[in-house]
Amino acid sequence: MSEATGTARVKRGMAEMLKGGVIMDVVNVEQAKIAEDSGACAVMALERVPADIRAQGGVARMSDPDMIQKIQAAVRIPVMAKVRIGHFVEAQILESLEVDYIDESEVLTPTDYENHIEKWNFKVPFVCGATNLGEALRRINEGAAMIRSKGEAGTGDVSNAMTHMRKIGGEIRRLTSMREDELYVAAKEMQAPFALVQEVAATGKLPVVLFTAGGIATPADAALMMQMGADGVFIGSGIFKSGDPAQRAAACVKATTFFNDAKVLADVSRGLGDAMVGINVADIPAPHRLAERGW
Amino acid sequence: MKIGVLALQGDFREHQEIALALGHEAPAIRKGDELVGLDGLIIPGGESSTIALLAKNFDLINPIRKAIADGLPVYGSCAGMILLADRIVDGAANQETFGGIDMVVKRNAFGRQVDSFEGEIDFNGSSIHGVFIRAPWVESVGEQVQILAQFQGHPVAVRQGKLLATSFHPELTDNALVHRYFFDEMCS
Repeated sequence: MSEATGTARVKRGMAEMLKGGVIMDVVNVEQAKIAEDSGACAVMALERVPADIRAQGGVARMSDPDMIQKIQAAVRIPVMAKVRIGHFVEAQILESLEVDYIDESEVLTPTDYENHIEKWNFKVPFVCGATNLGEALRRINEGAAMIRSKGEAGTGDVSNAMTHMRKIGGEIRRLTSMREDELYVAAKEMQAPFALVQEVAATGKLPVVLFTAGGIATPADAALMMQMGADGVFIGSGIFKSGDPAQRAAACVKATTFFNDAKVLADVSRGLGDAMVGINVADIPAPHRLAERGW
Repeated sequence: MKIGVLALQGDFREHQEIALALGHEAPAIRKGDELVGLDGLIIPGGESSTIALLAKNFDLINPIRKAIADGLPVYGSCAGMILLADRIVDGAANQETFGGIDMVVKRNAFGRQVDSFEGEIDFNGSSIHGVFIRAPWVESVGEQVQILAQFQGHPVAVRQGKLLATSFHPELTDNALVHRYFFDEMCS
């Protein structure tokens, strides 16, 4: 009996298992346990949530391996961790730690302003952010096994997540209505590989799972993204920067499953205490917008 | 037939697509009253602790246990296998299951994602492609349990009466043999 590890099918399949779930940013063991007990389908281990990275400034890098391993030891759900865009050595380190997914993330300070990581070479699957379909397909072409719309991390303002989901969905729908001979120009315009453009035009969906991230702070935000066609949601600062993280985390998990059931959404939205205060994306000067990182 | 697919979290859509392609109805099940009138139920892959918690919060555990006790055929893949086990090891703290199959299942027994693999396995006399993702295995089984597939000495597909469980994900392949076995030999 021969067996193969690190194949596209097991990498993409891992993301299939996360669908309909909430992946939560956590910075320590205590938060990781709260996330697991609240029904998170995975946790993202990082040293500072995006809201703190934004507030404190400085260069944001991969987390300390000690911290990641403590979280791996504390929970049974998958543990993900972030590397800087283009920093393939941070990715090699995370692979050696056997994290379950690597997020090549615009939330950290980029390392390479032209190239992303060559992701096919790794056994660990990668998730990458995208603001439009062309960006998503470029990442998939580099080996990403999962895409998340970027939104604007660390703001609690869901408007950019909305923009990116509408953009990606709209561009997919446009491709499906095109004649075969028009796809060449479409591929050129969106700067995406023709074969992937052809595949999306034929199937009407991305070849990998599409989650949403960036600014999701309430159960209604999570359900909104699910109704917009997301397969699941990442919640970063929105949970542990709120008044009652455990209750809000559980509410967001329920809202992601019952995203079409307004009665359940009303129930889980009750008495959650203070939401993350947040920042309007419009008030952030352009150089500080994380979604613009990635090429 | 009407094959419900538990749709709390995980890859339930893939199971629904296979059931539909084979000519069955495949409603998504999220509430207890939706279990009425089913010919079979599928518990998909996903995170078993998330599915168990949602099942508990939305009062699905006892209705599903009762349906199993009343003879509803149920198939669980991966997380679904864990949820059909009477006993589990390496679960989250206080992780509950529906139970029904007299076995001990070890969560993530094959390791973390870097150890996830695919390969040919023998399922009940036929060779099929098994996709194992952070997969569980069966540590031990009771006398009533029939082993339908093994890998590296561990049972990875088992049947007890009207209940079927696999460590692997046939819903991620084009081969519907396991689903046909469930529909044709267990549900009808």
